[in-house]
Amino acid sequence: MSAGKLKTHAAEDVEPGDAVRPGHPVEVSRYTVGARINHWITALSLILLALSGLALFTPSLFFLTGLFGGGQWTRAIHPWIGVVLFFSFAGLFLRFWRANLPAREDGTWLARISDVLRGREERLPEIGKYNAGQKFVFWGMSALIVILIASGVVMWDQYFYPYTSIEQKRVAILVHSIAAVAIICVWIIHVYAAIWVKGTIGAMTRGKVTGGWAWRHHRKWLRELVGTRPGKRPPTPAE
Amino acid sequence: MTNAWTDIKNTDLVVIMGGNAAEAHPCGFKWVTEAKANRGAKLIVVDPRYNRSASVADFYAPIRQGSDIVFLMALINHCISHDKVQWDYVKPFTNASFVVREGYGYQDGLFTGYDEEKRDYNRDSWEYEIGPDGYAVVDETLQNPRCVWNLLKQHVAIYTPEMVERVCGTPKDAFLKVAEMVAECSTPTKTMTSMYALGWTQHSKGAQNIRGMAMLQLILGNIGVRGGGMNALRGHSNIQGLTDLGLMSNLIPGYLNIPTQKEPDFTTYMSTRAFKPLRPNQTSYWQNYRKFFVSFMKSMYGPAATKENDWAYSYLPKLDVASYDVLRVFDMMKQGKVNLYFCQGFNPLQAFPDKGKLAAGLAKLKMLVIMDPLETETARFWEDHGTFNKVSPADIKTEVIQLPTTCFAEDEGSLVNSGRWLQWHWPGGSPPGEAKTDIWIMAQIHLRLKELYKKEGGAFPDPIVNLNWSYKDPGEPTPEELAKEMNGSVLVDVFDPADPTKKILEAGKQLSGFGQMRDDGTTAGGCWIFSGCWTEAGNMMARRDNSDPGDAGMFLKWSFSWPANRRVLYNRASCDLDGKPWDPSRKLIEWDGAKWTGYDVPDIAPTAKPRDVGPFIMNPEGTSRLWVRKMMRDGPFPVHYEPFESPVANVIAPKIRGNPVARVFKDDWKSFADIGDPNFPYAGTSYRLTEHFHYWTKNNHVNSVLQPEQFVEISEELAKEKGIALGGWVRVWSKRGELYAKAVVTKRIKPMTIDGKTVHIVGVPIHWGFVGSARKGFPANTLTPFVGDANIETPEFKAFMVNIEPSTGPVVA
Amino acid sequence: MFPAIPNPNVATDAAAPRFGEKDILRRSASTVTPPATRLTEVAKLIDVSKCIGCKACQAACLEWNNLTEEIGFNHGIYTNPMDLTPDTFTLMRFTEWVNPETENLEWLIRKDGCMHCEDPGCLKACPAPGAIVQYSNGIVDFQHDNCIGCGYCIKGCPFNIPRISKVDHTAYKCTLCSDRVAVGQGPACQKACPTQAIVFGTKDEMKEWADFRIKDLKSRGFENAGLYDPPGVGGTHVMYVLHHADTPSIYAGLPDNPRISPLVDAWKGVTKYVGLAVMGFAAAAGFLHYVVAGPNKVSEEDEENAERLADGAPPPTPAGPVERRTP
Repeated sequence: MSAGKLKTHAAEDVEPGDAVRPGHPVEVSRYTVGARINHWITALSLILLALSGLALFTPSLFFLTGLFGGGQWTRAIHPWIGVVLFFSFAGLFLRFWRANLPAREDGTWLARISDVLRGREERLPEIGKYNAGQKFVFWGMSALIVILIASGVVMWDQYFYPYTSIEQKRVAILVHSIAAVAIICVWIIHVYAAIWVKGTIGAMTRGKVTGGWAWRHHRKWLRELVGTRPGKRPPTPAE
Repeated sequence: MTNAWTDIKNTDLVVIMGGNAAEAHPCGFKWVTEAKANRGAKLIVVDPRYNRSASVADFYAPIRQGSDIVFLMALINHCISHDKVQWDYVKPFTNASFVVREGYGYQDGLFTGYDEEKRDYNRDSWEYEIGPDGYAVVDETLQNPRCVWNLLKQHVAIYTPEMVERVCGTPKDAFLKVAEMVAECSTPTKTMTSMYALGWTQHSKGAQNIRGMAMLQLILGNIGVRGGGMNALRGHSNIQGLTDLGLMSNLIPGYLNIPTQKEPDFTTYMSTRAFKPLRPNQTSYWQNYRKFFVSFMKSMYGPAATKENDWAYSYLPKLDVASYDVLRVFDMMKQGKVNLYFCQGFNPLQAFPDKGKLAAGLAKLKMLVIMDPLETETARFWEDHGTFNKVSPADIKTEVIQLPTTCFAEDEGSLVNSGRWLQWHWPGGSPPGEAKTDIWIMAQIHLRLKELYKKEGGAFPDPIVNLNWSYKDPGEPTPEELAKEMNGSVLVDVFDPADPTKKILEAGKQLSGFGQMRDDGTTAGGCWIFSGCWTEAGNMMARRDNSDPGDAGMFLKWSFSWPANRRVLYNRASCDLDGKPWDPSRKLIEWDGAKWTGYDVPDIAPTAKPRDVGPFIMNPEGTSRLWVRKMMRDGPFPVHYEPFESPVANVIAPKIRGNPVARVFKDDWKSFADIGDPNFPYAGTSYRLTEHFHYWTKNNHVNSVLQPEQFVEISEELAKEKGIALGGWVRVWSKRGELYAKAVVTKRIKPMTIDGKTVHIVGVPIHWGFVGSARKGFPANTLTPFVGDANIETPEFKAFMVNIEPSTGPVVA
Repeated sequence: MFPAIPNPNVATDAAAPRFGEKDILRRSASTVTPPATRLTEVAKLIDVSKCIGCKACQAACLEWNNLTEEIGFNHGIYTNPMDLTPDTFTLMRFTEWVNPETENLEWLIRKDGCMHCEDPGCLKACPAPGAIVQYSNGIVDFQHDNCIGCGYCIKGCPFNIPRISKVDHTAYKCTLCSDRVAVGQGPACQKACPTQAIVFGTKDEMKEWADFRIKDLKSRGFENAGLYDPPGVGGTHVMYVLHHADTPSIYAGLPDNPRISPLVDAWKGVTKYVGLAVMGFAAAAGFLHYVVAGPNKVSEEDEENAERLADGAPPPTPAGPVERRTP
């Protein structure tokens, strides 16, 4: 990857609404109310999609259709939730895509994935708003959602039956199911990471993390935030 | 049909020409598939279109509509010149050996005696030479140049395979292939059946088309045998019954005739109906005409028909013209000569030619009464349906009364199928709303008329006032009563003249058959050929025993077949001169030394000795006729005449237009396109589709689903030439009218080369109109010419000239 | 003539259905124990060479099943409607074909509809338990109470047969008149066929009858006449006698070698199992990781460092190697 394509400006890491509030502990605003609502709509959609999709994916989980009022409702609702997810995620995408552009430290982070997994963050480079794992989730979700919506439309017989051949529909349904498995796996990683890294969930519930959390996991982002505060010189790491 | 539907399974070769049995008679067609599957029979289809019948045929040959006689005469020519003649049949069983009178001749498409002015022949020369013994002269050696056989040979000589190719457009190879397959059936052990329908009748020479094939069948020895015959496939479930019961202006039930003006009294009437045998010993069964006639009159007028008043002969109308057929009546209607018209189960606005003329006629009526189970276009002729029926209701003063009737499925009664079987049926449902049976309506009208005539007198009340109406409920006679009346009954005890103590007929009993009918007023019978249908043994038509001895396909215990429960007419001809079956594996009857026995009711007196009495007992000759004397208006042999509208002049007689004796009303000449008229270059033909029945089923949702919208069929070549797209709209027009339809562009129709000229065919199915559930459309008769067959006035629906262009569809106002 | 199926016995005990739940061989999205003994396998044989395209079967199907198809348009062909629909379970398809060997036109008329595969792709694809069942006599039937209208059966079917109703959103196709067969009758289409182009009986009888027909066709010069009972789907319970059995596709696209699409096999087979495994693995891996590595917690020191940073205090020593920013 050439340097030109890498994120080179700190401002790209800082998203509107990100802010540091000194105190004890320091409070760091990570997500705005809009971003959080957007996230949870997306999250709920994805969960419902996973549940309804899995119900139709394998007979052993068909009982899940009971959650949606039966098979007919499940079949009818699933694609519409998909539409909601698509647009909702599109909102997230517009908010987050810049901060998720690859950065130089991502390579190092990935190279030291075993340290990541062991929680030895002192061995990792300073990270911006998102680490490479989060970026992987973001871009994985983005790509899979595009694949899912596209293949989903092809198999949405109620409205789009005449536009594709049955062979195309067969390809679509296979792609859709593989992509769905993939997105569920990505989702598991995402959720697990939020659980494992304590203090993270607050970012999406209250919109805030503690300064310590930011220092530990996204120090570069924290420095940038501090640096952008009015009247402060931009802090830099020791040189 | 000479034979029965079920008998078709016995054939070796089915020729479908002048019809499309698979399309129009799919249920009866099962017997063709039976013959094919179980006997290895072959199927030939000769038709302008590769149709549904052709789709299961072994061989298909195209033919231009209206040129069938060329094809048929050429087949006869082929058989004669290749000695493919069943001589043992032809010599004794046909009139081949009969010598024709001096003075008879044929030249340039005309027979002797033609009067151009009258468009008619003086047919006196068309008779046999009568010998000093009073019988027709025969030459069994067939040497006499004036014997029928030699005249026939001479007559068909011009109809060569080359002529077929030139006039019919059938490739010579295809014709020869058909000829070869047909000629094989000249052996006694191979039979061919002819299945035809409106494709032959609906021409200005329709009757002669059929004669052509009948002659061929006689030459091959295929009449009267199992798996043979001339099989007219009737277009309605009871159209055979209609003709049997004489629902024609010139007929009395059972093919008796309404008198003409030239027959003012009974003696004169009977003087031409003696039917004296033309050869010794012959049956000439029509000698019983008087018995059938008198019994009919007794049935009609009961006690009012007496010997003294010549059985009420004076009550019968006397025709001043040949017939008041539908064409004539509508022509009169247009001239304002008809006040009241009753349409009973009839939709003439769709079913007769030249819709424009028909509508103009209806608009001149004072009153139109429609008796029909369905809404019909005729009943709505005054309604403006935009392009589909452009009229101005305000200008039409005709009062229309619709009397809803029951449909066949709600009635009890009998239907006569194509094979002459009278099959009793029972109601399958209750009639809707105010629908009444036709019988009830007719009875009510009759009773009221009778009352008026009784009260007011009138010019001639007798036929109405004295009409025999002895039904239990005069207001609604039952089907049973009517059926019994047609069968006939004994009115007065009859004793054996030899032994006056012996009662041979008992008053009040049903006749067992027409053999019991008498000309002395002691018996009554409404329709002699139906006699035997409801005897003392009960309703023979309701029999449903499908046993079939010998697997012969005769089913004698199933329903009743007229005449006398006989399934194959002329079945005596299934045996050789000595009474042995031509093909023992296909025995019908045989002479056992004392009498005729077998699987069918013998069509000959049971003890008539084989060599004495000929098999064609209805004919005074005792034989069949290759040459029909003067019995047909347009000639004793069929001659090729072009349709009145034709792409080419008549190759064999260029000066003759159409059938020279077909009746054309004065005004109609100008409604015909000229021969080869460049404004109407394409040969149109109309026909039916399996999915619909005439104009009825467009009222039915399911049928409308199966074939929802009107179309015409054209070749890919014509479509390309005219820029017509598959499924696109076209406008088709003739000199009389136009229609809009979708284009079915098909490989099944090919352009033909006729006398060196390319002729395209435009096929027009008939089923659409402006009422019903199917999409609105145009009846084919907007295009067709107002002219009929020279003998029976069946309209020329099968051949007319049109033009066609791509269109954007009808403008719906 | 093939012996006709007799009219129904109207005795009260004769109307008892001859098969039902107990005879289910396969049930969609369910595991069933196949019945110990199979019913005699039935089959409908459609002899294309005897068919005259009269559409009586199509009408009978509409009538018997009480279906109301809409009145359409003419599209330049005798076929109508143009395709199978939720209301048209069977359809006559007309093809004009010029035989390249004889140069003769042949009008091939094929009655299209469910083939009742021995290995039904629809049933394989169906996610709804019991929406599709296969009786042990071979009839594949849709149970509309269980159908969810997903249309997976359409993708599973190698013949493109089922259609989803826009009215009740369930899938429809020919039932082989299972309701009639259950009481000893033949399907409505067979009953209505005037030429016995459609016959119905046991599969063995039908094969025998087909042999008889094929001999007749061969005697008429159709050298490639044969039976269409495609092995790719384990054979079918609706079979055709074709004059040109070597090229079924000339009959309005009848598949030459039908089989359940490998895509469908992959979807309903390996994808399902591997997919579930992968998802399970991901969840389990997370759980194990948590157990082994424990939570990743923020320490007091982290908080202090952050406070210092926020207050503009000297930056703390980086904990590890620092990525140098390149200007």
